[in-house]
Amino acid sequence: MSKFTEVFYHYASPSTFYPLAGKAQPWFAALAVLLALAGMWVGLIVAPTDAQQGEGYRIIFVHVPASWMSMFIYCVMAFWSAIGLSFNTRLAAMMAQALAPTGAMFAFLSLLTGALWGKPMWGAWWVWDARLTSELILLFLYLGFMALQAAIDDPRRADKAGAILALVGVVNVPIIYFSVKWWNTLHQGASVSINKSPSMAHTMLLGMLLMALSFWAYSIAMSLWRVRSIVLERESQTEWVQDAVA
Amino acid sequence: MQWHSASEFFAMGGYALYVWGSLGACALGMLLEPWLLAQRHRRILGTLRLERLAREQDRKD
Repeated sequence: MSKFTEVFYHYASPSTFYPLAGKAQPWFAALAVLLALAGMWVGLIVAPTDAQQGEGYRIIFVHVPASWMSMFIYCVMAFWSAIGLSFNTRLAAMMAQALAPTGAMFAFLSLLTGALWGKPMWGAWWVWDARLTSELILLFLYLGFMALQAAIDDPRRADKAGAILALVGVVNVPIIYFSVKWWNTLHQGASVSINKSPSMAHTMLLGMLLMALSFWAYSIAMSLWRVRSIVLERESQTEWVQDAVA
Repeated sequence: MQWHSASEFFAMGGYALYVWGSLGACALGMLLEPWLLAQRHRRILGTLRLERLAREQDRKD
């Protein structure tokens, strides 16, 4: 076994992962707070007024990061589901379970901030547009995953059923991402993409990226926290948990 | 710096409801989640400690 797989297998065990996650979690939480303070400073104070949307565009500093995280967390959830299904590791399934509520919250916040942005700019809180509808489906996929896991008593069976749902649902993520290209929609196209330079002022972009990094650190902190609770619940009969709470 | 006064900042060029509503909703959600997680973790640790105490008591009896 190489050094890497050795380390990987070492921390794939809940008993070694639990204290590691406990040590890492406050650092990611602190990072999230610092990045959010910097991002809000740049976004609300430094970034200029938008030529078309006035000050209303400043919703972008939470709307885009929340939307990105809602899609990214789903991909990570599907990744851990695939690992859990193929290697039958308990911790991978627990990670997928720990990510879902945070992802659902970001999907909800993406829709809510989108409605608050749509009303003044398009004149409607909601339209049945490809981008909005596929994001709504993402929220339902998260809620369906959580409901399915909660409905099955045997945790190993719940893990498998949830993993299959997560993997089937992942097809929706590229649909959301490319919806503004594939269909004629009201939603504006991507402001940032890999193959062209961003179509926005540098300070606007900086504010948005700082907020995205903050939401990313926040998501890691929350999922590590939640996975520790799940580990304790599921492994409560083991000796190491009983030693850990002593 | 874009702003000449605090009231101008809070008015957000007439978009106050939408901008502050969005930021407020995110702040609320992102404070509520860690609060709920802290409660959940404390509750689990509390239960596990109680179970441990009960087991130790059983051994003594």
